[in-house]
Amino acid sequence: MQLDRDDERILAGEQGETKQKMLELIVALGKVFGAERLVPIKSAQVSGASYKTIGEYGLQWLTSLDAKAIVPAVLNPIGMPRERWEEMGVDPDFAAKQQAVVAAYERLGIALECTCTPYYLRETSFGDHLAWSESSAVSYANSVIGARTNREGGPGALAAALVGKTPCYGLHLEEKRKPQVIVRVEADTRNWDISHYGALGYHAGKLVGNRIPFFSGLESATPERLKGLGAAMAATGAVALYHVEGVTPEAAQGLFELSGLEVINVETGDVERLFKEIPVDAVAVGCPHCSPLELGEIAGLLKGKVVTMPFYVFASQGVIDRNQKTVDQIEKSGARVFADTCMVVSPVMEQYEAIMVNSGKALAYVPDMCAAVARIGTIAECVKVATE
Amino acid sequence: MHISGRGISRGKAKGKLLVSPAPISFLSGVDPKTGVIVEKGHPLQGTSITGTVLAFPYGKGSTVGSYVLYALSRNGHAPAAIVNTEAEAIIATGAIIGGIPMIDRTSVPLIKLKEGVSVTVDGDTGTMEYDGELSEA
Repeated sequence: MQLDRDDERILAGEQGETKQKMLELIVALGKVFGAERLVPIKSAQVSGASYKTIGEYGLQWLTSLDAKAIVPAVLNPIGMPRERWEEMGVDPDFAAKQQAVVAAYERLGIALECTCTPYYLRETSFGDHLAWSESSAVSYANSVIGARTNREGGPGALAAALVGKTPCYGLHLEEKRKPQVIVRVEADTRNWDISHYGALGYHAGKLVGNRIPFFSGLESATPERLKGLGAAMAATGAVALYHVEGVTPEAAQGLFELSGLEVINVETGDVERLFKEIPVDAVAVGCPHCSPLELGEIAGLLKGKVVTMPFYVFASQGVIDRNQKTVDQIEKSGARVFADTCMVVSPVMEQYEAIMVNSGKALAYVPDMCAAVARIGTIAECVKVATE
Repeated sequence: MHISGRGISRGKAKGKLLVSPAPISFLSGVDPKTGVIVEKGHPLQGTSITGTVLAFPYGKGSTVGSYVLYALSRNGHAPAAIVNTEAEAIIATGAIIGGIPMIDRTSVPLIKLKEGVSVTVDGDTGTMEYDGELSEA
């Protein structure tokens, strides 16, 4: 492994024990994954933020560390909104433990944003090297933005935030980003919204597994729709990067060699079959967290209406703060807009029998994570069902 | 006998070899309070790893297993050192955050190492001193 003089100094302990350990960890992970060198990163997104996941031992470890992040870093979503947890009905004991985990990260200089959409908070650009953790964020950064990140584990991403570097292997390397399978979408996608793209991802993820797919036939793609596609594919498959013909930045460069690749055909029926009209007792949208555009659309659909069942909207705190008027409009209907958490990671969602979502990722995870039936529909259908 | 390998986690430690022919999951596979292997049907089920030089092919299971290794090192039930055929991220992370010396890719395959032999693992140089005979296996 090639290391520079600064790295050698850190490894010698000149910047303290925590940074020494963290660089040791990065070097060891580099060995595990066959990296030849380290690469400086622009930002980090750290998983292992939920007390439910890391438990008492993880919290003890975090508390033992003493260093500050040297690149902008945020956290993964946690089990509750940091401020409005009581309103959401979160158990006070769980809340206390969760606050302790968040406080431990704050002490390490990690921004108190718990979100799967860090790209709405800080500009992330084509070619940027990152150390991100959450699967949909990794997929969006690689595919829609053309930035470069592997899917980091919690300690590895935290180490990268504290040292500012990550091992250079996998999706950091140009030659590891080429398409490995073609997905040909033979459907009229003009009327598709995020939910259809999510359903497509739900279906395609199972077929492509951990390969890098190249989609054709998705001329109606928008960044929000692609967010839904990638999130679902990372849930039912292990897709951390995909390309869309004529749309995503690396595909738009037109440099890929596609001949000889396996072709998977997807038809309208494969996607529409996932839309089932079953009764639900709650609606939850914002998986991944909503963009300002999505919040505006939801506010428009809910205008002048009152919800007749719990209606959850999830977004990052930063996006909520910058769109407070829109959020107020949504909440006037009785719907609630929560930060820091989502329907997949919050224990509060376990109280429902059936949850309606507009996300292919939530469709994949709600049955296991919330022990509830999941129904997917468009955002307009979600609002209709919740206000009837 | 001097056995060479690759250093993963720094530090030097001595202990008696415990060799597992099967991979180990630390989350739910090892009791974090006692260091006893509790995975049902595991070849070492019921065996304590505390203070041993634990040799096994590679880690498996959840990434939360890294924190279990950290917990074991805090409460005195961690292995003295770890030797893997091939390191993967869960065990490498756990060894480093738990301060447990670790090497992999040893010049002698793990199945030839004998249980109970006293060994010294050096994670800085990636080597192991093995004070005994090799098994015929």
